[in-house]
Amino acid sequence: MISIKGLRKVFTSDNRKINAVDDLTLNIQEGEIFGVIGYSGAGKSTFIRLLNRLEEPTSGSIEIGEQEITSLNTRDLRKARQEIGMIFQHFNLLWSRTVKDNIAFPLEIAGVAKQEREKRVQELIDLVGLSGRENAYPSQLSGGQKQRVGIARALANKPKLLLCDEATSALDPETTNSILDLLVDINQKLGLTIILITHEMHVIRKICRRVAVMEKGKIVEQGDVLDVFSNPKKPVTKKFVQQIMGETDEAEDTEKILATYKEGKLVRLHFIGDAANESLISKVIRKFPIDINILQGKITQTQSGGYGTMFVQLKGEEPDIQQAIEFIQSETTVEVEVVRDVQ
Amino acid sequence: MFSEISMDEILVAAYETLYMTIVALIGTVIIGIILGLLLYLTAKDNIWENKFFNMIVSSVVNVFRAIPFIILILLLFPFTDFLFNTTRGPTAALPALILGSAPFYARLVEIGFREVDKGVIEAAKSMGAKTRTIIFKVLLPESMPALVSGITVTGIALIGYTAMAGVIGAGGLGDYAYFYGFQRRQFDVVLLCTILILIIVFIFQFIGDFISKKLDKR
Repeated sequence: MISIKGLRKVFTSDNRKINAVDDLTLNIQEGEIFGVIGYSGAGKSTFIRLLNRLEEPTSGSIEIGEQEITSLNTRDLRKARQEIGMIFQHFNLLWSRTVKDNIAFPLEIAGVAKQEREKRVQELIDLVGLSGRENAYPSQLSGGQKQRVGIARALANKPKLLLCDEATSALDPETTNSILDLLVDINQKLGLTIILITHEMHVIRKICRRVAVMEKGKIVEQGDVLDVFSNPKKPVTKKFVQQIMGETDEAEDTEKILATYKEGKLVRLHFIGDAANESLISKVIRKFPIDINILQGKITQTQSGGYGTMFVQLKGEEPDIQQAIEFIQSETTVEVEVVRDVQ
Repeated sequence: MFSEISMDEILVAAYETLYMTIVALIGTVIIGIILGLLLYLTAKDNIWENKFFNMIVSSVVNVFRAIPFIILILLLFPFTDFLFNTTRGPTAALPALILGSAPFYARLVEIGFREVDKGVIEAAKSMGAKTRTIIFKVLLPESMPALVSGITVTGIALIGYTAMAGVIGAGGLGDYAYFYGFQRRQFDVVLLCTILILIIVFIFQFIGDFISKKLDKR
């Protein structure tokens, strides 16, 4: 649905050229939630502003639907923008307007008649769960409620695409989750394509199917969230993975485990998100006369299933253990890494 | 004390002061907002960014702000004479009053606009708003408390200006105080005029603060 080719933005300041977005090529499918993750200064904020030309691209092309955004004149661009919703880190609501009037603003811009406007605003207020707060001013709302107004406002003109600029970065973890749930909800209900930028791995893990990792204006890795994060290639991606998996000093931990558990076979199980891996451990112990002792591990949930590593000790007769491992390897997508054989 | 003062005359003078202040204030607000908008919109990184034009408007504003008011009145005598065929009376004082205070208000307006969150303007742009929509539905409403308190400050300065204009025959309380107090040594008249001007100033301040507070939903 969205096809970006060779997109570039060069800022010149003090006669120095800065490549904020550097030759970026990307395809985003209709109806998906696509995440762009990067540290501040990576160019992701510029990138998302190029999509609706709040920043003018230096070169490259952006095709949204059938429309080539980069070649639109001012008038057509305004029309196109009405069909692209955008939400912001700091919400950017008009403090002088009530919730209702803030949501009505894009409808006023689009020239929707008053009666229809009121009807649509009420629908949106119900959709984002703000019923009863219609006449409140933004200053009377919490951060999460403000972002709900922002989302309702962005959806007012029934856009096909929603751009989220660090939409949860100013919110506490709990509110972040409720906003993310709302985004997934509207993605499914309305079939809306969502592009979000963030520096929080948690956001990507929770709602995105595909992700692009940005560094210094370039996309250094992209693909399915699970693929990219179960097998990170670039240092920056590895750092983001640590954000959710925790920073473990693997070598030291392994040594400790090896020294403590002298018995049986020690293996590491790598889960990479597949429904077939459900209740793996219980399946194995039911099928084979062995004991499984969980020593260490962390599994986290993504949009396409669980992902993580588990360190286990397998105790029992050697042939049984061998069969169990073969079972895991053949019947599931869990990777088995033998750390120490039976001694 | 106060016994020989003609109440009728002083009420007429008070009325003239109010008339000059209010009419000049209306002119000041209109011209000030237009100039303030131009200053803001043509500044760097804004919608109509234009270095040259910004410099011109800015210079005009600065020059008019720099001319002492009493001299500005004298400078405008030919212009006033051409407009009204006279240089005396409250109406003849209006051009000088407006030109003297509009640049001042323009700067206050510019500051008010600059305080408007850039993110909100960006949000309006992202919704496909025209420049006109941004001006009337974002910039003006979002800066309204600042614009109103600017009107209060400018209005009070204007009351002072009307008193000064009175000295060269514009009428009003300043004129009255000058004529009776200075030329006839009737200090009770000066005192009464002062009290009346203070009352007008306080009422202005009170109304201005009240409206500004009412409008501010931040």
